[in-house]
Amino acid sequence: MTSSSITKIHQAAPAAEAGVVMTGADMVIQALRDQGVDTLFGYPGGAVLPIYDALFAADDLRHILVRHEQGAGHAAEGYARSTGKVGVALVTSGPGATNMVTPLADALLDSIPMVVITGQVATHLIGTDAFQECDTVGITRSCTKHNWLVSDVDDLAAILHEAFYVARSGRPGPVLVDIPKDVQFASGVYLAPDKAPRRSKRVSRPVDQSKIAQAVELMARARRPVIYSGGGVINAGPRASEALRELVRETNFPVTSTLMGLGAFPASDPQWLGMLGMHGSWEANHAMHDCDVMLCVGARFDDRVTGRIDAFSPGSTKIHIDIDPSSINKNVHVDVPLIADAGEALEALLAAWKARPRRTPSLEAWWSRIEQWRARRCFAYAPSDEVIKPQYAIERLYAATRGRDVYITTEVGQHQMWAAQYFHFDQPNRWMSSGGLGTMGYGLPAALGVQAAHPGALVIDIAGEASVQMTMQEMSTAVQHRLPIKVFILNNEWMGMVRQWQQLLHGERYSHSYSEALPDFVKMAEAFGCTGIRADKPSELDGKIAQMLADPGPVLFDCRVAREENCLPMIPSGKAHNEMILADDLTHTRIDDAGRKLV
Amino acid sequence: MTRPPPTDARTLAILVDNEPGVLARVVGLFSARGYNIESLTVAETDAKAHTSRITVVTRGEPATIDQIKAQLDRIVSVRQVIDATQDPAGVLRELALIKVRSTGQERIEALRVAEIFRAKVIDTTLESFIFEMTGASDKIDAFVELMRPIGLVEISRTGVLSIHRGPLPDRLSTDAPKASESLAS
Repeated sequence: MTSSSITKIHQAAPAAEAGVVMTGADMVIQALRDQGVDTLFGYPGGAVLPIYDALFAADDLRHILVRHEQGAGHAAEGYARSTGKVGVALVTSGPGATNMVTPLADALLDSIPMVVITGQVATHLIGTDAFQECDTVGITRSCTKHNWLVSDVDDLAAILHEAFYVARSGRPGPVLVDIPKDVQFASGVYLAPDKAPRRSKRVSRPVDQSKIAQAVELMARARRPVIYSGGGVINAGPRASEALRELVRETNFPVTSTLMGLGAFPASDPQWLGMLGMHGSWEANHAMHDCDVMLCVGARFDDRVTGRIDAFSPGSTKIHIDIDPSSINKNVHVDVPLIADAGEALEALLAAWKARPRRTPSLEAWWSRIEQWRARRCFAYAPSDEVIKPQYAIERLYAATRGRDVYITTEVGQHQMWAAQYFHFDQPNRWMSSGGLGTMGYGLPAALGVQAAHPGALVIDIAGEASVQMTMQEMSTAVQHRLPIKVFILNNEWMGMVRQWQQLLHGERYSHSYSEALPDFVKMAEAFGCTGIRADKPSELDGKIAQMLADPGPVLFDCRVAREENCLPMIPSGKAHNEMILADDLTHTRIDDAGRKLV
Repeated sequence: MTRPPPTDARTLAILVDNEPGVLARVVGLFSARGYNIESLTVAETDAKAHTSRITVVTRGEPATIDQIKAQLDRIVSVRQVIDATQDPAGVLRELALIKVRSTGQERIEALRVAEIFRAKVIDTTLESFIFEMTGASDKIDAFVELMRPIGLVEISRTGVLSIHRGPLPDRLSTDAPKASESLAS
């Protein structure tokens, strides 16, 4: 028999309670309202025209018209991650749906709550290879938490409400509702969220106190503890971040976090070790390797975090808090698994910690070792007066934005890692980056979603010149909807991370990683109807950044940086945390064949 | 992909909402994550509650099986995952139809073996039999091996089915959650 702590209980559908008769298209709009949606991102097309018709009169719903459906998906993700609410996208059948596959897969890996509504050809045409028909639920089955094809208008309201519930409950994720055109036209009974039957519901148990006691027992005896927190703490809401902060203060434990978890614990705090993993800090990775007790909260032992799995933190007893039972023991065996919401578990741990009976050993020796690792200053780089170092550019951007209400998105590659290393976050929900799927092109549309949710805030997409071209068309969306995002492009003319790997792993054979033709980003900005700025020299950088920040509209900032800078420190493929390399030992690093195959 | 060599066979009974695509979700999970399916049976079992029962025989290290169960449990349409192999009160049965072609003395031998295995003859011609037999998979395997030299022609098997002994349905409801609906929103 299974012993899962979350059991699903079937709830018999109650007799349909009296609802309002309306068309399927109107139900979509009403359900969005009833679910508290104020903004959606979309692109019209033949199979969603009835819904767009209903949207025409819905002045209370803000629709952001994108230029490509992928942009709508990432914008909804950015909206969701910066607010903690469910992001919503509306697109048409066929290519509209297939263009949404990347954002769905992205949101699934990063546990982002998102509801995507797609139009479908009329039910009598399904299976006939009709115009703009594709098997949307089939294609998106493996990149959604759940999806539905609505065949009867009377099921529509309940499915839409359930879609929001599934997206936000438990471990959040993307869902998709595929609505044939005839169902949008048909009339049926609309039921409000509290009246609609829910086919299934998850009942969660209270936090297992015996596991909490075990965890506190281990933590209280630890001499070399570390807390490794992840995106689950952010997903669990501000309460979880608060509990984490208090637990760290109470225990005097050092804390590190994954890329996804940045901001849950303030980077300005002395107990913060910086991010861990492949491009994490020297001190965080060494602390992970040498610790005797590891408390993992809302993270999933991803390969970018663990490095070589059989050499991962070999001497530690591991406590793992996760809301998803399948995350437990998936990659790394843990000693004390605790299936719970990160916030509830952290609060329970905190209460038990405060009530613990005995004194705990001093962590002085452990902290002094950490200080020795810190003294390596792993993020040091050779400064330059001639060219803008990318690290310097991020440092200056960070300095210039202090005191502002800042949200950062990124694309994927070297610039993303530099942003994680040199831009620091003191609050959750301020950092939006494609962690699991690694989607180049995520940052610009995600910034649109963030800006739509936070109109007065400063929203910056830290980008690379290669990534940003993947969804560059969304600058037009920014201009149309007056979303004054700042796109800060670290332009080194290379696909920088690819180039770095080719240098380190593939004998410096730079196969197709250099862009021999690049657009003039300043002219491009002007063509879109926004401001373009270029910075070439370190001396002009601060002034140009100030100019960008003062601009009331969207800006493309072409920051020409050192071309062949490598992103360090780095745990080379197939190596352990304590084998990471710094800038000064790059020249004599060799990666063996086994490591090269690991990606 | 390098996986540890598969070890023990495990039978999982998966209770699911009977809705379009549910089989694809379950089977898709096995293929997407590189798990093995040795047999698969599926049919609606409770029309009123819209539930079907999918019985899968898979193979793997205990940790892999735990991961498969947790992954299955994550599927929204999956109501319950029962590890029938782990259940001491679990009953596992399979049905097989076995066609054997033989004449003369071998025909008598086929019937004699069938009698030992309590297989039923459901069709006969002058030179063939079709046997129907139910039992544990290894019993069917043994019967098939004995029939092979006699003149085995064709086999059709349902795959394993499972159920829990005793008066109760095989839910894990001995310690059913006392419903604190912290996720209800």
